[in-house]
Amino acid sequence: MILINYFARYREQLGIGGEKIALDDSLRSVGDLRTLLMARGEAWQAVLGENSLMCALNQDLCNLDAPIEDFDEIAFFPQVTGG
Amino acid sequence: MTVNVQAEALDLDRLHREVHDEDPGVGAVVTFVGYVRDLNLGQQVDSLFLEHYPGMTERALQRIVDQANQRWPLQRVRVVHRVGLLQVAEPIVFVGVASAHRQATFEACAFLMDYLKTRAPFWKREQTPSGERWVDGRESDQLAASRW
Repeated sequence: MILINYFARYREQLGIGGEKIALDDSLRSVGDLRTLLMARGEAWQAVLGENSLMCALNQDLCNLDAPIEDFDEIAFFPQVTGG
Repeated sequence: MTVNVQAEALDLDRLHREVHDEDPGVGAVVTFVGYVRDLNLGQQVDSLFLEHYPGMTERALQRIVDQANQRWPLQRVRVVHRVGLLQVAEPIVFVGVASAHRQATFEACAFLMDYLKTRAPFWKREQTPSGERWVDGRESDQLAASRW
């Protein structure tokens, strides 16, 4: 199982804050996971397809090619706006 | 404690004293305080809600502080960021840096803010007279961070 978190505008537009899904052999990177999630429908396609999408693996910023393993925590969120 | 994420108001005088810490080796302290403005993109802002990613936020801030410590000879660094509901004119963020000389403190303080704005997982939602809206990331912030 992997844990996926969504934050801020993404959480609202997707209507979900977090979920757990089973990891299988087709999911080797954060980018693979993004592709799988985008196939869920229009909202998912639009939100996770944004060029400015940011992602984190185990609470560190990462790129889409970051490899994922079982029990990893992955997060997708819009550009950060603190400070 | 170098890094804090808190809902409570910031005690700026105390934070400034902590950065200097009556350390006779400190020749310069530079601080930055970010405040909630009443206007953004031409629209009135009544209040601000700051969401964050608990756990990652502290970790990301600490990582940024570690990088600053590697790049400049700093005696102390303090970063405190608020979350939750904030009113106009309230401080959102405090960054304080102490060093022997001013150049390192000016540069490190600017670096810390530029990195915080583009790498720490905070998101602002503004309450305006016509409803709520999420604040979008700015290209100018990305550019500012890329100079380091």
